[in-house]
Amino acid sequence: MKKIILTLTFLGLVVISFVIVIRSSTYNPPQVEDLREKYTKKRISSVDHSRFAVLDRNFQSPQQVTATCISCHTERHKEVINSSHWNWERPEYIDGKGIVYLGKKNAVNNFCIGTQTNEQACAKCHIGFGMSEQGFSFTDSTNIDCMVCHDNSGSYVKANNKAGYPDPALNLNTIAQHIGRPTRDNCGVCHFYGGGGNNVKHGDLDMEMFQPDRDLDVHMATNGADLVCVDCHETEKHQIKGKVYSLASMNVNRSTCEQCHTERPHADEITNEHTIKVACQTCHIPVYAKANSTKLYWDWSTAGKLQNGKPYTEEDSLGNHTYMSIKGSFQWGNNLEPDYIWFDGTADHYLLGDKIQDTTKALVLNQLNGSYDKRNAQIIPVKIHKAKQIYDPVNMHLIQPNLYAAQAGEGAFWKDFDWSRASEIGMKKIGLPYSGQYAFIETQMFWPINHQVSPKEESLKCVDCHVRENGRLAGLTDFYMPGRDFNPWVEKIGAAVILFSLLGILVHGSVRIAMSFKNKKRDQ
Amino acid sequence: MKKVFIYRSFERFWHWAQAVLIFFLMLSGFEIHGTVSFFGFENAVKYHNVAAWAFMILIVFAVFWHFTTGEWKQYVPSFQNLKAQLDFYLFGIFRNAPHPTKKTVLSKLNPLQRLTYLGLKVLVIPIMVISGILYMLYRYPQKDGIIALNVDGLELIAILHTIGALMLVAFVVVHVYLMTTGHTALSNLQAMLTGYEELEDDETVAKKTNTVTSI
Repeated sequence: MKKIILTLTFLGLVVISFVIVIRSSTYNPPQVEDLREKYTKKRISSVDHSRFAVLDRNFQSPQQVTATCISCHTERHKEVINSSHWNWERPEYIDGKGIVYLGKKNAVNNFCIGTQTNEQACAKCHIGFGMSEQGFSFTDSTNIDCMVCHDNSGSYVKANNKAGYPDPALNLNTIAQHIGRPTRDNCGVCHFYGGGGNNVKHGDLDMEMFQPDRDLDVHMATNGADLVCVDCHETEKHQIKGKVYSLASMNVNRSTCEQCHTERPHADEITNEHTIKVACQTCHIPVYAKANSTKLYWDWSTAGKLQNGKPYTEEDSLGNHTYMSIKGSFQWGNNLEPDYIWFDGTADHYLLGDKIQDTTKALVLNQLNGSYDKRNAQIIPVKIHKAKQIYDPVNMHLIQPNLYAAQAGEGAFWKDFDWSRASEIGMKKIGLPYSGQYAFIETQMFWPINHQVSPKEESLKCVDCHVRENGRLAGLTDFYMPGRDFNPWVEKIGAAVILFSLLGILVHGSVRIAMSFKNKKRDQ
Repeated sequence: MKKVFIYRSFERFWHWAQAVLIFFLMLSGFEIHGTVSFFGFENAVKYHNVAAWAFMILIVFAVFWHFTTGEWKQYVPSFQNLKAQLDFYLFGIFRNAPHPTKKTVLSKLNPLQRLTYLGLKVLVIPIMVISGILYMLYRYPQKDGIIALNVDGLELIAILHTIGALMLVAFVVVHVYLMTTGHTALSNLQAMLTGYEELEDDETVAKKTNTVTSI
């Protein structure tokens, strides 16, 4: 009896311990309900711009609109003039380079390469009026384009190749009377078309996001939370949170999932622990370029071919350009699994004039730093964009060619298709030597995938990474991952020992059985 | 033939709970290791952790029991009969020779068992428990973790844990086989289930010894 009581007590203790272990792992994650409530609230504007007399007039120029804005918002232009959207650069501290004003003036990308000498066209996505090859005053506040970000009428549009000026046919009066908080249209009109077309650059920002469903983007879905860009890219005094690492180097001012979801958003603690080393995006954006194809490869070296003396384009079955005389050949992809890299929030960049050290391997234009043992490093998903772009094999640096001109004969590549002339003009403008020779070099850019978060059912499962072969993280080998990694010697010796034991008992057992028959016989 | 009381109730409970837990930990553990696929990775991790806690609680009770009852003395190595025991497993057993070590409740382990179980208790199980705890508590470098230990990766911990696991598998294989080498093929099993074991009585031993020597 005593024994039974003791056994039962012991069993009871074991059961209680079990329950404690299981209970202590139930963590109350931040309530999605609270977030829903926060973003469901109606925004009530404190003013109605249509009722201001100063805005009810026939504006003769967009600058007049800006001046009127400033007449009430007397200090706001100073904030804008201090912003990266205006300056097209940010102060960055880069290890080994020191303080660099990193921006479109000195960085190079492997899409349209760079803005310099092409401002007339590129400035369609600058928040100012009149940025052209002739220069631009970054201190003249009347050239701030308030409307491109704050037009809520949905009618404002900048003209092509007009240095950032709006379409002259617009009714600026109506637009000025419909001013408000930026909508996704205001941001998307530039950011969804980066690189010269829909979804070309990012792979996770495309025109589908004007009206996405939940499968495409759980946050911005019009049948879901219906967030807009500035809900996450919170803005204070025109300083917008978040940046893309094609033009950023420091681990500051990032827009993160944790802003709302915290670092421990899962009910399961082991999953929460992953957030130390794995970015949310890694599991929650399992594929990118979901709705539209994104560009993966851009070969400038084939550009310039003409048919009957005229430039032409070729398309694939989805309507993506595969060849353009002005730009070269392209490769596209959709529903892609991202590549995965370690990223600690800092980056290094190829800057105009930097020497190319090694032409045998791809030149990385924005090196994202990180490794397993870096304190802040996390695994993030990226799109890798490869290209072949023009460089000077004598001076060993990339070339900034002049691509755009209003008409032929001025040397711009998009009109005259002469690389040497375009290079000469471009390099002269930026003050770098051009030897007269050009060649093409493989380049690479890393584009972190941050948008178009999938519904949670779609997120990666344990075995997408914790698997012996072909897991998502097969390329990241600087750490031990359970389920994937093992020590081959331990496995081999272990298997040998177990096999030897099995063989041993097999032999021993058989001899025992044989001998027992023999012994029995003898005994009889 | 005689029936002798060998295993007390806690000891039997401890043995079978341990058996079940080790088997369960093995299955879930080798799934985490990527060797087998059974529960699904996520569940395997969850179950493995819960079973690990249960196992550690059991160990605490077992250690307590060993010291309060003095049972730990059973595991003090004895080299007296070691050669005879080896001879028995390698030769005598085939000739139906008697067991060289007399099993009693006060001395239930033969010298080979003493060595093996001592090895398990002071080497393999501690390796598994310590590496297992580190594995469980492991936080990534320089983040809320075991900074003082400067554990900068899971590799050493995980590989030690794997080595221990492989040794345990080999042990279980041999252990299950050796179960059949008692007086009859099932008498050891019966003993661990009921507490009472059928042993060769002195008469049989004498008879067997005569037969063996007369060959």
